[in-house]
Amino acid sequence: MTTFLLEREDFPALLKTLTDAGYQVIAPTVREGAIVYDEIESIAELPIGYHDEQEAAFYRLHPTKDKALFSYVVGPQSWKRFLHPPEVRLWQAKRVEGGMEIVPNTQAVPRYAFVGVRACELHAIAIQDKIFMQGEFVDPIYQARREAALIVAVNCGVAGGTCFCASMHTGPQVTSGFDLALTEVLEDGRHYFVVEVGSDTGKELWKDVPHRKAKPEEAAAAQHIIEHTAAHMGRELDIDGLPEIITRKIESPRWETIAQTCLACANCTMVCPTCFCNTIEDVTDLTGGSAERIRKWDSCFTMDFSYIHGGSVRYSTKARYRQWLTHKLATWVEQFGTLGCVGCGRCITWCPVAIDITAEAAAIRQSDDGKGK
Amino acid sequence: MTKPKLAVWKFASCDGCQLSILDCEDELLAVADAVEIAYFPEATRSVVSGPYDISLVEGSVTTPHDIQRIQRIRKGSKVLITIGACATAGGIQALRNYKNVKEFTAAVYARPEYIDTLDKSTPISDHVFVDFELRGCPVNKYQLVEVLSAFLNGRKPNTPAYSVCIECKRRGNICVMVSQGTPCLGPVTHAGCGALCPAYNRGCYGCFGPMETPNTASLTNEWTQHLGVSSPDVMRAFRSYNAYAESFRKEAQNHDNG
Repeated sequence: MTTFLLEREDFPALLKTLTDAGYQVIAPTVREGAIVYDEIESIAELPIGYHDEQEAAFYRLHPTKDKALFSYVVGPQSWKRFLHPPEVRLWQAKRVEGGMEIVPNTQAVPRYAFVGVRACELHAIAIQDKIFMQGEFVDPIYQARREAALIVAVNCGVAGGTCFCASMHTGPQVTSGFDLALTEVLEDGRHYFVVEVGSDTGKELWKDVPHRKAKPEEAAAAQHIIEHTAAHMGRELDIDGLPEIITRKIESPRWETIAQTCLACANCTMVCPTCFCNTIEDVTDLTGGSAERIRKWDSCFTMDFSYIHGGSVRYSTKARYRQWLTHKLATWVEQFGTLGCVGCGRCITWCPVAIDITAEAAAIRQSDDGKGK
Repeated sequence: MTKPKLAVWKFASCDGCQLSILDCEDELLAVADAVEIAYFPEATRSVVSGPYDISLVEGSVTTPHDIQRIQRIRKGSKVLITIGACATAGGIQALRNYKNVKEFTAAVYARPEYIDTLDKSTPISDHVFVDFELRGCPVNKYQLVEVLSAFLNGRKPNTPAYSVCIECKRRGNICVMVSQGTPCLGPVTHAGCGALCPAYNRGCYGCFGPMETPNTASLTNEWTQHLGVSSPDVMRAFRSYNAYAESFRKEAQNHDNG
């Protein structure tokens, strides 16, 4: 495959090309001591020279010695925020004589260019594409945003303390689903990016960015960085036969143990880039003259989530944690043909009480004797 | 069509929740349009006699007279909705429940024998049937309008009982506990404020009381083991506006070493 070379000083030209093409550039940026995804106008707004230290229930930013643009991994937010917004009005209704009139949602579809999308996140987006755009029911809000979006991916130059994409086979190298993919290289006083073009749109835009073909040694340097990242994952999760094991261990005492710690606060599901559950709220005004239907992110950790006539089906925290982990690492396969976890580590970092999905899965595996219970 | 009659009652409280009604500003005219404000001394001197369609009750029960009064109000109201931490959990004044109230009255009043007060500050629902409880210290004005709209239109109010964390993450806040090591009550606290304090870089103070399934023991274990919070500070965190709400009361008790 042909790879190209983008010098660090030409990086602003890449951003300008995206802006000139009418995209709203969404990229990593520092806010309140964390790296979030937000609109940026210049390269100075990237987290230049920042590294993120991540452990279970722990996240801190530290300055680095160099001026790397991407020497951190993923923060609390994912691109889900933009493709599947946390809160969206689906439609309004107004009372008119003899009935009601539906006012459809006519918000303009944003045209995002996501810059700095990691391999695990591309896999997460691919999973949500299946959920929202395939099958009988297509979600028009997701679809419109997704189809308008451009993706500039980045191969991870470092692995985080809670990362385990290597064992999920979802990274750290991006392999598909991108328009452009960059690998940042800082060595021998040089700072450049090795670039792959992944789509026709990417190819078209790339023409306007100053570049040349990458030399074999430059491409090799990039490949070496990715391999180094793959070898330094903070966590691992053995997925060999895991769905069957978890299904067998549905009555394991481990579920009760973890329920003692689990807060059922839902943070893991909020930060998860594949969790897609949402709830519908119907709201009327005081006079009853108009109503709105609002969709909001929801979580399988709430009581209302499994509420049917008479009460909540998953009354205990044990049942809710088990539902979540079982869905992510077992039943998701039947439903969508892949696991529901991409190894980004967010649920570990952002759990306020340090529950670790890799440790839980390992404990369930360890207790398995092939017979169940 | 006659408008439903609304009454707003005050018990032991700071009036902050009633002020939340007046603070509705944009929605206030719509409220006044939708209902007849029949009894609301904080806002108007004119009084329309009962019975009332909806009674909003602020404050906790702290005197023998309060007990009689809430019975009368209940009898004269079709729907009784309590608003705020005082009315739903006894309020900050429920701190008295952990001390001898006579010592307070002796310390505060020149003639304590004139003070006829109860040993405990208790929520309205300890005394009469309550149709709906709206949490908060103070209540959130949007939730208040939502509850009124729901009752006026005969539907269920959207006031979810899950954790503040869900609102916090939807809002895009960065978790102050994980990123700064700040103790935060958000994971055990009822949503409704829109994660106000974490949005301003502060831990949640628990104004809305316990969420649906609060695991306070696990949260405080994290505080004491990893965030360096002392046991007396854990007790103080849970003993505030919702000190007498069951799960907060128990957690504080577990950290009360005298």
